[in-house]
Amino acid sequence: MMSELTKMGLADARDALAKGETTSVELTGAFLEAIEASGALNAYVHKTPDLAMTRAKAADEARARGEAGTLNGLPIGIKDLFCTQGVDSQAGSRILEGFKPEYESTVTSKLWDAGAVMLGKLNMDEFAMGSSNETSVYGPAVNPWKAEGSDAALTPGGSSGGSSAAVAADLCLAATGTDTGGSIRQPAAFTGIVGLKPTYGRCSRWGIVAFASSLDQAGPMTKSVRDAAIMLTAMAGHDPKDSTSADLAVPDFEAMLTGDIKGQTIGIPREYHMDGMPEEIEVLWSRGKEMLQDAGAKIVDISLPHTKYALPTYYVIAPAEASSNLARYDGVRYGRRAKLGQGDSITDMYDKTRAEGFGAEVQRRVMIGTYVLSAGFYDAYYNRARRVRTLIKKDFEDAFAAGVDAILTPATPSSAFGIGEMASADPVQMYLNDVFTVTVNLAGLPGIAVPTGLDSRGLPMGLQLIGRPWEEGALLNTAYALENAAGFVAKPSKWW
Amino acid sequence: MLDLTYETPKPKIIAGAKHDWELVIGMEVHAQVSSNAKLFSGASTTFGAEPNSNVAFVDAAMPGMLPVINEFCVAQAVKTGLGLKAAINLRSAFDRKNYFYPDQPAGYQISQLYHPIVGEGEVIVDMGPGIARCVRIERIHLEQDAGKSIHDMDPALSFVDLNRSGVALMEIVSRPDIRGPEEAAAYILKLRQILRYLGTCDGDMQNGNLRADVNVSVCRPGDYERYRETGDFSHLGTRCEIKNMNSTRFIQQAIDVEARRQIAILEAGGQVDQETRGFDPDKGETRSQRSKEEAHDYRYFPDPDLLPLEIEQAWVDDIASTMPELPDAKKARFMGDFGLSDYDASVLTAEVEAAAYFEAVAAHADGKLAANWVINELFGRLKRDEKDIADSPMSPEQLAGVIALISKGDISGKIAKDLFEIVYVEGGDPAKIVEERGMKQVTDTGAIEAAVDEVIAANPAQVEKAKANPKLAGWFVGQVMKTTGGKANPKAVNEIVAAKLGL
Repeated sequence: MMSELTKMGLADARDALAKGETTSVELTGAFLEAIEASGALNAYVHKTPDLAMTRAKAADEARARGEAGTLNGLPIGIKDLFCTQGVDSQAGSRILEGFKPEYESTVTSKLWDAGAVMLGKLNMDEFAMGSSNETSVYGPAVNPWKAEGSDAALTPGGSSGGSSAAVAADLCLAATGTDTGGSIRQPAAFTGIVGLKPTYGRCSRWGIVAFASSLDQAGPMTKSVRDAAIMLTAMAGHDPKDSTSADLAVPDFEAMLTGDIKGQTIGIPREYHMDGMPEEIEVLWSRGKEMLQDAGAKIVDISLPHTKYALPTYYVIAPAEASSNLARYDGVRYGRRAKLGQGDSITDMYDKTRAEGFGAEVQRRVMIGTYVLSAGFYDAYYNRARRVRTLIKKDFEDAFAAGVDAILTPATPSSAFGIGEMASADPVQMYLNDVFTVTVNLAGLPGIAVPTGLDSRGLPMGLQLIGRPWEEGALLNTAYALENAAGFVAKPSKWW
Repeated sequence: MLDLTYETPKPKIIAGAKHDWELVIGMEVHAQVSSNAKLFSGASTTFGAEPNSNVAFVDAAMPGMLPVINEFCVAQAVKTGLGLKAAINLRSAFDRKNYFYPDQPAGYQISQLYHPIVGEGEVIVDMGPGIARCVRIERIHLEQDAGKSIHDMDPALSFVDLNRSGVALMEIVSRPDIRGPEEAAAYILKLRQILRYLGTCDGDMQNGNLRADVNVSVCRPGDYERYRETGDFSHLGTRCEIKNMNSTRFIQQAIDVEARRQIAILEAGGQVDQETRGFDPDKGETRSQRSKEEAHDYRYFPDPDLLPLEIEQAWVDDIASTMPELPDAKKARFMGDFGLSDYDASVLTAEVEAAAYFEAVAAHADGKLAANWVINELFGRLKRDEKDIADSPMSPEQLAGVIALISKGDISGKIAKDLFEIVYVEGGDPAKIVEERGMKQVTDTGAIEAAVDEVIAANPAQVEKAKANPKLAGWFVGQVMKTTGGKANPKAVNEIVAAKLGL
């Protein structure tokens, strides 16, 4: 019974609670039990069982009083990047060791206001910098999926790897993620779940540890498109505390899921055919086209000519912003401070604290960012990247202006790879994971990864749909049609 | 349009061992914006609070915290720009200036490098009657103040107070148009005066709410004019920046010693290094703080947490419609409407409160008399009590009442001073006090004649002398005033004394 409860999706659990078929206490208990048994996945890095049961009880009582919110009593997991009041919030970094915020992020506040129950904090790449969860101070989260006939541990993707592993392994009904260059969509694709990055400005960034402020966006990671719609409705909304948050009404995204995409125009960007891309991804993409066509959409070939500059542009802008955003981690006010020797100066304190507090990938990006912003290089790198970013954005605007409603691409250039497999590779090889996703962040658009098939090794693969700004409702509906057509129901076999 | 024509002052010349040198000075004035809340947070800006009590999460750069612009601070900057006759940029943007320091918690200061809110303007700096320097303003930008590091509380530890962290500053950047130490002092005082008129900065230099970085260079006579004609800075000498000055006296001293230091280097055949220097008032010297090689690379870039700041012309117009009369206009009006001298008008308009007081007095009394009484009597009396004009125990109406009694001839100037003191200390209606205490001046010629006769009769020797030397008639007038307790009308006494002595 217990494991049956955790297998439910968010919408199913919501309906079951509404019908009185279970209670939040029972549901939460089932998840807490599953989490306890999931150590091998290393998905949860700070568990909050007491808080979860308290909130579950409160949710059941609220329901009894007839005051149930839209997510009343539904247990979810939260990426460690979100500041949660009184609960460790480390952003996967040693430098934030012991940091318990005195405030709650706007997005999580909204989720709790809607009645959701927090199970704990989820693993992630340090400061969201990574595509495999291997830069986490907690060690990597592990993908619940394994390739057929192999026992090798696979990555759940990154940076929201704890979130993707937890959702795929039924360790929560849904999870929050954040996406700066693909950190929701790539892990979703690697674990056979749905991951939505909303339009930049749709969800408040207040209280989310910043990686690259002009690219960061929170979004849901769920077992279905419907669940993503439900989560987004609760997470989104204008926040006066975030100057970049959009003052727009939030529709009921779930109500927009009709599955009817007749007459919609789906663009297929020719630049997304990459050299060396596995045949299986190409096939998956073609299948996706057919599925949408069969559902009544019109498929058109389009060009997004500046696509090839997206990755280098991203890897200038994101580190530049990160180098500045991470300057505050200096050991002065919170988190870890290095032990100092006699006579050590303030500069020694910075040097030692940051040297031991930041991992190698974070240090690499801070150095890249510092370099591209430095006098003499600013115009050649940062300013040029900003101009290219404008061109990338314009590529999409032109496509939408020409009548394209959504764009279909692969979500990732491959299925999940092995933990440690990239350890000795050039860092750029790892960065290539973001090749299909970074354009969306640079352009500030909504993008969603939908699981659409298994590869020959039995690992999930996903397709990405990119929508018009602020039209997450239409995007979710297209994704819903794709989900219905793909009929992806596979689950990882439990080994943990 | 007011007539504000003026002559340009001569630049300060310093004679070197070999030849003459001129000074070229530009200033970056940091003015704390008068506002209850900080530039990007709702935390209070109250001075003197317990350390770290006025600190919002964003001021301490807690993880995930975001800045939100305080509209009032923007309005204050716009108002300041309008007050300096400057262009207002409807679109400006915030940039991050990155550097590590414990009192800079985010590791960057939010400032406006690339697109400041205010563009070019000017300040007319009075250097004496009819003489003034027009100092061009290059720009004004908004930025955050830093916190305070405290190194002297513990031998091994430093402490940080973030109360000031995030408080709004306006950096007012001048062109290098200031030509001597006195002009530099006059410039910052004129700015202070305008800011205080506008209510955009309290001008409290002692507490650092108004402070300046002073850029000093020297050049040969004629070079500055060549720079002004061409805009080519290569005609000017290499400048040094003297940081963080908050006293006009020290600004003048620092400029003078820095200019002489540079001249000595140049005359010895050396080169001035562009660098940041600090002024040590005890030793009377400037010292290098940071050379160009050690200069920070601030890695400025647009702050991605803040959208470009877009304001509407209508909003600027609204602010413009609430602008008070500014010092130059007020001074010209006082000279025109009340016939005041340049000096008196300057003194009365130095502080907006004093100007308002004067106008209230002048509404009921003669303008020139009002100016004399406000400047000579009231200011002097307040100074003795160490009081500001705002705390004056005597209202403008009371002072006007005293002056009116003089004008009517009811009291003499001498009695008026006594009356002033009574009203200042005890309060009350001047006319009533004069009536009740019998202070009214005697204009009855009969009584005065009797008194004059008495004095003449008692001093025959003096009479003879006075007849020979009419200037001595004043002695008789004085004696009569004494016997009448100062209440006799001096004009009548003068006339009667002259007549009786046959002068």
